Amino acid sequence: MIDKLSWIAVYPEIVFLTMACVIALVDLGVKTPQRTLTYVLTLLTLAVVAAMEAAYAVGGQTFYGFGNMVVSDPMGGWLKCFACITLMITLVYGRPYAAERDMLRGGEFFTLSLFALLGMFVMISGHNFLVIYMGLELLTLSSYALVALRRDNATATEAAMKYFVLGALASGFLLYGLSMLYGATGSLDLNEVFNAIASRQVKHQVLVFGLVFIVAGLAFKLGAVPFHMWLPDVYQGAPTAVTLLIGGAPQLAAFAICIRLLVEGLLPLAIDWQQMLGLMAIGSLLVGNLAAVAQSNLKRMLAFSTISQMGFLLLGLLAGVVNGNQLNTESAYSAAMFYAVTYVLTTLSAFGIIMLLSRAGHESEEITDLAGLNQRSPLYAGVMAISMFSLAGLPPLVGFYAKLSVLQALISSQQTSYIVLAVFAVLMSLVGAFYYLRVVKVMYFDAPLAHNAQLVSGPTDAKVVLAINGALILILGMVPGGLMTLCAQSISSIVKSLGS
Amino acid sequence: MGLLSLAIWTPIVFGVVLLALGHDEQARSVRWIALIGAVVSFLVTLPLYSGFALDTSAMQFVEKGGWIQRFNVNYHLGVDGISLWFVLLTAFINVVVIVASWEAITTRVNQYMASFLILSGLMIGVFTALDGILFYVFFEATLIPMYLIIGIWGGPNKIYAAFKFFLYTLLGSLLMLVALIFLYNKSGGSFDILTWHKLPLGSTVQTLLFFAFFAAFAVKVPMWPVHTWLPDVHVEAPTGGSAVLAAIMLKLGAYGFLRFSMPIAPDASHKWAWLMIALSLIAVIYVGLVALVQQDMKKLVAYSSVAHMGFVTLGFFIFNDLGVSGGLVQMIAHGFVSGAMFLCIGVLYDRVHSREIASYGGVVNTMPKFAAFALLFAMANCGLPATAGFVGEWMVILGAVKYNFWIGGAAATALIFGAAYTLWMYKRVYLGPVANDDVKALTDINGREFLMLALLAIAVMYMGIYPKPFTDVMNTSVTDLLKHVAVSKLN
Repeated sequence: MIDKLSWIAVYPEIVFLTMACVIALVDLGVKTPQRTLTYVLTLLTLAVVAAMEAAYAVGGQTFYGFGNMVVSDPMGGWLKCFACITLMITLVYGRPYAAERDMLRGGEFFTLSLFALLGMFVMISGHNFLVIYMGLELLTLSSYALVALRRDNATATEAAMKYFVLGALASGFLLYGLSMLYGATGSLDLNEVFNAIASRQVKHQVLVFGLVFIVAGLAFKLGAVPFHMWLPDVYQGAPTAVTLLIGGAPQLAAFAICIRLLVEGLLPLAIDWQQMLGLMAIGSLLVGNLAAVAQSNLKRMLAFSTISQMGFLLLGLLAGVVNGNQLNTESAYSAAMFYAVTYVLTTLSAFGIIMLLSRAGHESEEITDLAGLNQRSPLYAGVMAISMFSLAGLPPLVGFYAKLSVLQALISSQQTSYIVLAVFAVLMSLVGAFYYLRVVKVMYFDAPLAHNAQLVSGPTDAKVVLAINGALILILGMVPGGLMTLCAQSISSIVKSLGS
Repeated sequence: MGLLSLAIWTPIVFGVVLLALGHDEQARSVRWIALIGAVVSFLVTLPLYSGFALDTSAMQFVEKGGWIQRFNVNYHLGVDGISLWFVLLTAFINVVVIVASWEAITTRVNQYMASFLILSGLMIGVFTALDGILFYVFFEATLIPMYLIIGIWGGPNKIYAAFKFFLYTLLGSLLMLVALIFLYNKSGGSFDILTWHKLPLGSTVQTLLFFAFFAAFAVKVPMWPVHTWLPDVHVEAPTGGSAVLAAIMLKLGAYGFLRFSMPIAPDASHKWAWLMIALSLIAVIYVGLVALVQQDMKKLVAYSSVAHMGFVTLGFFIFNDLGVSGGLVQMIAHGFVSGAMFLCIGVLYDRVHSREIASYGGVVNTMPKFAAFALLFAMANCGLPATAGFVGEWMVILGAVKYNFWIGGAAATALIFGAAYTLWMYKRVYLGPVANDDVKALTDINGREFLMLALLAIAVMYMGIYPKPFTDVMNTSVTDLLKHVAVSKLN
């Protein structure tokens, strides 16, 4: 039965879908090379939808719609709001970059990004295995096309192929795992699956068998070891604007489906998936940090850094249930959510700078391309330094509080094994500090290279957004309390409604 | 806004303004604004001394407000007899350093001055924070400006030095972070340092905590054998960076022992005192001998810093009034003296661009006024009575003899080594006939340099002749700290 409440749960999505279609049509008439009208319309749409989602989230209510197929709750609202803002910032940074590389010949860059975002919305709102899967496919199919948008560029095409083949494999894993669970529990609805497992009537072996595939699929989307192989190649190969499109907002959606599937659906199996996440976290921290040290390509280094950051995020997810006790869930999952949000904020500025430093015919993606940036543009160098120090987890930047809350979640479990994990993570972040510092070193201590010595100029809108982006990393570092509370409230409403 | 907040944020605000608005074309006005900022920041710390109540060990000028409610982290500041002098010392050294860098720094002047102003605010934050996370934030944040100072304005091997400094100190402090979070959970959700002081803890836990704090603070002090970063960093850092590093940053570590290790883990502190005393004595004697053979003036002073800080940690871990007060006095004295020593080297380096002892000889002939100042600081460095260096060392040795005659005796030999390496360097650099054309061409110090050295000279002499204002402030706090540490937390 479709009642009035059902529609409330998806109003923003409906507005968004309509506008995405309108923009696709309007774009047919746009002739300017910069596609200004499309760009402005897209930003307006995103701003309106972000405001709607924020209003929902502030309201704090949870709506289910379409026979519990979708849910609109504070966590979803905030994540969708942040995803909109992320996409807006990405487009501001990415438009000049894309225009110089002939990626704005048609309006696909904007349309595909919008549909990718719609996919994320569906993932975040999904309360049913199939809906979540459908959202994921919408996101990934749009992303494959985006990576291949520079079809004349060999590396981009290669990256697109890799992304497609491995992505399809991972989607297959996920779907296979979901079908196993469906077979075992007889339901696709998250709550019903939760209750079926909690009742202990279902054979454990079958569940764990399905779980392995689900965790593998999720790990692929997050980029956790050992399912990380695609990430460096795709990050490096894709045009930087697209790298940010697939490395920014989708991480928020990936985090959301981890919470939806693993917590809302499979929390009774926590003891099993926590072990898997533990191994993946250790692997990600190890591989990500050590491999990043050896990179000379900035995008590739940031890709490995992403892997290591995801390892940290997984540490937050795995600290929820301790000895069958769920007291720690709220602090652990809200730490992970805080981590995801702040990580995306920092990634935006880092990749934004790579894009803004690129010129027609010059990609500026080697670490050495940043040499002497402090003399060429103190603003860019300052923002990049803030991002790097934040990723390294140094106070008073927001990355520190992200690491702090994850470590606190681990240590508050009072388990020796978790405390050892915390110490390990801390030591790995020391390795991480080295390669982040190296970027700062190149910008501040080295002299500019001969072919790269001119002063940097960029479009004003991008410069302003970049300054705000950098300032946010610093300001959220000074007063992180608000965002932390917001994450905690979002997660606590989920934890409270578990299984009901 | 309270006085302590003013002391922290005044220099930081000045620094941020300089960062945002300064250009190299207006280097002159940038320097003046930086100087005004530093002087104002120093003036706002003076009421802390005049308003300080001597008869209590409780925290004074306390400010407390919620900061991160979710983790019960508070913006909680306060000073007691242990920390008060370091607030003033930091602000004072900052003024001197900015005067010292007036002509030596010509590129990116605004970033240089801003780094020092921000750094001084952050370090005052470390000395006044009474909340674990607030302390950690300030403690770690100091790494960023110092990293940039060494890396941008340092010597030829600056990059190696900057990385070594950053990673070495980060390793220690990350382990401390784990300890802080552990204490938060153990105390039922509080980051308040004073609450932690009263928290009962088991023996194993205390030992683990003690070593986690040891990792952070021993590297910072630095104690033997984790001192190896210091000489490398001092050699490459610009003069101002070396002066601040030696005068203030090393004290952050020693201060941490008094604020965290000893009161939070008193039983472990007693249990491992032998180790701390042994490491301190090695620093005093062995590193003193190492200093003797250095060819590079900055390296020599760096090793002498390690040896002097060995006295400080020795004083702390013999657990008596004389020792701890002596250690604190030694910290302040070393702040003045080592800062002055590095600035003297800077004066020579600005003219000749060499730090090698062998490049000099007979400087007294061409720079008599400067040589007189240098002699005073050299005497203070080897602990001559009536200079600042004497008071602390004498108190520590006296305390050590009370504790154990042989430890006191061993520590006293340091006075001999200290005199040997300092005076021998003085002889080779300043005395004798003019050694070469570089020295012949030297011009004596100008008014600006005279002012900066005179300020330090007054401080060194005053503290040596009349140390009462310093010890009076400490007395009550030190006595109470020792009383607290004497009570076991095990039960």
